[in-house]
Amino acid sequence: MINQGSKVLLDVKNLKASVDGVEILKGVDLTVHAGEVHAIMGVNGSGKSTFSKVLAGHPDYSVTGGSASFAGKELFALEPEERARAGLFLAFQYPVEIPGVSNSALLRMAYNTLQNERGLEELDPLEFEDLMQEKIKVVEMDPSFLGRSVNEGFSGGEKKRNEILQMAVLEPKLAILDETDSGLDIDALRIVANGVNSLLTPDNAVVMVTHYQRLLNYIVPDYVHVMSGGRIVKTGGKELALELEERGYDWLRAAA
Amino acid sequence: MSAREQCFEQLLLGRAAPSAGWLNDVRAAALASARALNFPSERHDDWRFTDLSPLFQHGFHPVVSFARLTLADIEKFLVAESIRLVFVDGSYSAELSDLTRAGSGVVVKSLIECLGDQQVENHFGQHAHYLQDAFVALNTNFFEDGAFVHVAGAVAAPVHILHIATRRETPSAIYPRCLVVMEPNSHATVIEDFAGHDGNDKQDGVYFSNAVTEVVLKDYAQLRHVRVQREEKSAFHIGHGSVSAAKGSVYTSTALAFGARVSRHSLHVTQQGEGAEMHLNGLALITGRQIADTHTQIEHAVPRGKSTQLHKCIADGASHAIFSGKIVVHVGAKGTDSTQSSRNLLLSGKAHIDTQPQLEIFNDDVSCKHGATVGQIDADALFFLKSRGLTEERARNLLTHAFAAEIIDKIPVPSLVASLGRTMLKENI
Repeated sequence: MINQGSKVLLDVKNLKASVDGVEILKGVDLTVHAGEVHAIMGVNGSGKSTFSKVLAGHPDYSVTGGSASFAGKELFALEPEERARAGLFLAFQYPVEIPGVSNSALLRMAYNTLQNERGLEELDPLEFEDLMQEKIKVVEMDPSFLGRSVNEGFSGGEKKRNEILQMAVLEPKLAILDETDSGLDIDALRIVANGVNSLLTPDNAVVMVTHYQRLLNYIVPDYVHVMSGGRIVKTGGKELALELEERGYDWLRAAA
Repeated sequence: MSAREQCFEQLLLGRAAPSAGWLNDVRAAALASARALNFPSERHDDWRFTDLSPLFQHGFHPVVSFARLTLADIEKFLVAESIRLVFVDGSYSAELSDLTRAGSGVVVKSLIECLGDQQVENHFGQHAHYLQDAFVALNTNFFEDGAFVHVAGAVAAPVHILHIATRRETPSAIYPRCLVVMEPNSHATVIEDFAGHDGNDKQDGVYFSNAVTEVVLKDYAQLRHVRVQREEKSAFHIGHGSVSAAKGSVYTSTALAFGARVSRHSLHVTQQGEGAEMHLNGLALITGRQIADTHTQIEHAVPRGKSTQLHKCIADGASHAIFSGKIVVHVGAKGTDSTQSSRNLLLSGKAHIDTQPQLEIFNDDVSCKHGATVGQIDADALFFLKSRGLTEERARNLLTHAFAAEIIDKIPVPSLVASLGRTMLKENI
């Protein structure tokens, strides 16, 4: 929801980034206020996934120019874990499987890290279990998933739901959802979208990175940005996504 | 005299505990064998990866007066609801032991108290060959006492054999010994636990723990055998196990090596009867300048044996882990089914892992598979954990723990699994 005068959460200016010496982002500008939902769309290779990874601090990418402030902090001066503690969250396109680490142990460790950061009490396993009983409802997840190793043997849909469960537990200021809709059937898509919607407040924001308009039927964006050739080449309202669905991306690529 | 010769001569100055007639004969033969064999040469094929020179820097003295510990001293090593035998520097401590859960059908006792037992006389020294191995020979001659576990029927409570080494002014040599005899159709869980008692002083305790274990499984017996080596980081540990598996028996071993400056565990399992199963799981988790060597040999001597093996090494710092696993399928051992996997994690550029899976097959009609991998911490998993707020150190530690957990979780004693897991996460190893 767009609120005049709400706080700026993320302010990216002329961001340039490369991987293995190849420049992928060639000057990205994006401002996200509290309460807003943004969608970044574009074809494969347009740089949209790179953008989300650069914001989260993936070590394979180097920032070569521009700046980004997040919640009043210089984002690129922070380690990935410091970004997370400052309230940035990335839902991964391909969530990793971690055999031997239980989902609940990881969630509790991550949650307590944030509690420390916020100067709040850590939760012991029993207290945390109570919290989890509430949180798993957000993504309609079977409690047995909590005791299993992180993402091990999960279906594609279950992995994505698990990402949203982590978001529900960590309550980030800004969540970046990287292709969260890819590989989801329609039921899983609905569950994931409902989960995200239930977590939206006037104080946080969501940036969805997606190829398809489909997700935006469920999580309605305030702004739609089109990325092409490492830049945002067009910004509009939710109707822009529909136009893209109809016309494809070629007309914009030509414009860029 | 070289350091190596001096070290050996010093060990030979130990004294053998007084004992019954037949054992005196065995000890004498073992001592003669030790003298003849001496320390294995670095050119010996089974020892070429293992640098014993740090051991030779010390002269190890026999323990003559035994320390008295209280239950509070060893509390952190205790396994709840177990039948417990405790040895302090190789000597049996009746006070610290708890045999109340040993019901009928099971004998858990000091070996020296059982020298009159026919099973002890029949099996002691018959499986771990003191004529072939100097360390086995030294143990056989010098052991002060040991554990004797004799099971008929099924024992629900795990048998916990705890060897505690105390700190002494001069480096000491201790010789843990164990004999397990499983009668036909019997079931049991035995935990052998080698731990250093860190007193209040911060000084490192140097000692040499030279252990020998013999296990006999009669027809259709099942033993779950756990071995935890958590000696002090400046100690030396050489352990040898010999297992004989009769018809239809199932032997499952989970052996962990965490401690000691230099450690070696050699385990020799022989399938003597048709259809026996042997499952060997191992983990070495080391750092600093530690050396941990695991040598295993599984022999399929008769038909339709089954063996599985999963061994993991995790090496940090400038440590050196060695795994050599040999599987021999003898002539006539038809229908053998064997798999072996060696998986390794290198945590530092200065650490070193040697892995040597070996298959020797003198037969057809068998199924044998083996493989080895060496990897590093998965970069994607590391980034994922950091993106959830965990520090680099915490994330690496968690991933290391997860790699180790696959082995530790195989221990059939949940309370021990939990306490080892907590220790690992806390100690940041």
